[in-house]
Amino acid sequence: MSAGDGGVLHLPGDSALHRLAPQIKLLAAFGVVLCVVATPRAAFWAFGGFALLLGALAAVARIPPGWLARRLLIELPFVVLALVLPFALGGERTEVAGLALSVPGLLAAWNILAKGTLGLFCSLTLAATTSPRELLLGLQRLRTPTTLIMISSLMLRYVGVVIGEAGRMRLARISRGDSPRFLWQANATARGVGTLFLRCYERGERVHLAMVARGWSGELPEPNEPRQVTRGQEVRNWLLGLSPAATSAVIAGVAVWTS
Amino acid sequence: MDELNEKAGGTETAPLISRGNDAANPVLELSGLTYSYPDGTEALHRIGLRVEQGERVALLGPNGAGKTTLTLHLNGIIPARQGHLAIDGLEVAEPNLREIRRMVGLVFQDPEDQLFMPTVREDVAFGPINFGVRGTDLEERVRRALEAVGMTEHADRAPLRLSGGQRKRVALATVLACDPRLLVLDEPSAGLEPVARRELAELLLELNPTMLMVTHDLPYALQLCPRSVLLDGGQVVADRPTAELLADTELLAAHRLELPYGFRPE
Repeated sequence: MSAGDGGVLHLPGDSALHRLAPQIKLLAAFGVVLCVVATPRAAFWAFGGFALLLGALAAVARIPPGWLARRLLIELPFVVLALVLPFALGGERTEVAGLALSVPGLLAAWNILAKGTLGLFCSLTLAATTSPRELLLGLQRLRTPTTLIMISSLMLRYVGVVIGEAGRMRLARISRGDSPRFLWQANATARGVGTLFLRCYERGERVHLAMVARGWSGELPEPNEPRQVTRGQEVRNWLLGLSPAATSAVIAGVAVWTS
Repeated sequence: MDELNEKAGGTETAPLISRGNDAANPVLELSGLTYSYPDGTEALHRIGLRVEQGERVALLGPNGAGKTTLTLHLNGIIPARQGHLAIDGLEVAEPNLREIRRMVGLVFQDPEDQLFMPTVREDVAFGPINFGVRGTDLEERVRRALEAVGMTEHADRAPLRLSGGQRKRVALATVLACDPRLLVLDEPSAGLEPVARRELAELLLELNPTMLMVTHDLPYALQLCPRSVLLDGGQVVADRPTAELLADTELLAAHRLELPYGFRPE
């Protein structure tokens, strides 16, 4: 993966969501996630509303449901935790399919599942429609400190190089008969990780030298991109782009008000 | 060079490798340069070297001879503590470092270290932006540098997606865009397939820069550089025409250098 052409989380396309400026998408996604988190857990209808909203956005962005579902699997550890709660927590109990489950536990599990899934759904939609490079550009336009942008940008650039290096080291280990399957065979792998860390450190030094040699003095060069939209279009983009966040705010507001 | 300039968009534009104003100054002049590592090991001992405008010089020597340490002195990345070092008459010292780094184009051995921006175009623009170039001037510089190395159509690709030879060309373009007076190449042929190696040589001959090329690749030195300097143990051991130096098998053997099997310098 590299910053230039996305990776497993980016789905190149030409939908309205893909074309929207990254800074608008970032703020909108942040707004939606905040609203989801702020919604009282017992306001079940509100979560349905969020799900519909995000579903509509995914449809607009033409993200295949299967693609999203596969990436949602990363949530599994939290799902396992959520499934334990109805059994583990005390308080009032209710019978579901012959099992006595804790009511506070069920609510806590629902809270984790619903908010986690919706939050992840939102992040995946953002990632699918915005390349890593655009995300950085969006953060930069939102005035994120340049040092952080520089670090993230270098990380994106070199993650592929480091993965390649790790792969070559693994092949070299396997070629010499190493087949780590059990924990007690992890010694060589652990040493490999240490070596990789040192190599990354050395590479960092060399990259820094190469940057200094081209006159770098600590500032990130500003991208030299011409403005492509008029003022009116920009206002329209912002209003349209932030509308999911505004809708979420209304849902969350009503949910808080009525509960 | 003029041919290249014409190709790059007209005779009006300045050359990619600038020739400087004062022909009387050597492009590189260093004398009595001594450097020791922090642990006290002496890496360079009273090095003296003069490279005139338009000269292409190979810097030869075994591993650990001090070649890379010397190149890092040339643009002040390692400050010269003892001895005199000047680029085009300008002393390599703290107040001049910005100008020195513009004038000395250092191309590192591993392009992976040099190319760190998300796209080729941004990487080529990185140096000129640092030196204060903006707007159409910047675009023009990037365009010409990419055109000179034949990488225009790859401008928007990620460096990671390029082949070794292409990366080397882009690394060269990142330095050409800074309008250098002296091109310093560290092992330019390392890791390149024969065709990419030949293409890079043709490109360098076409650009015809004032150049210092660090290499173990002796035939490459013969092809590109009429003059060679042999460095060993931190000292200049020989400074002669390349063909003559490569014919001296005893000298080469004494400094752990040898020509590839079957190769005879003419």
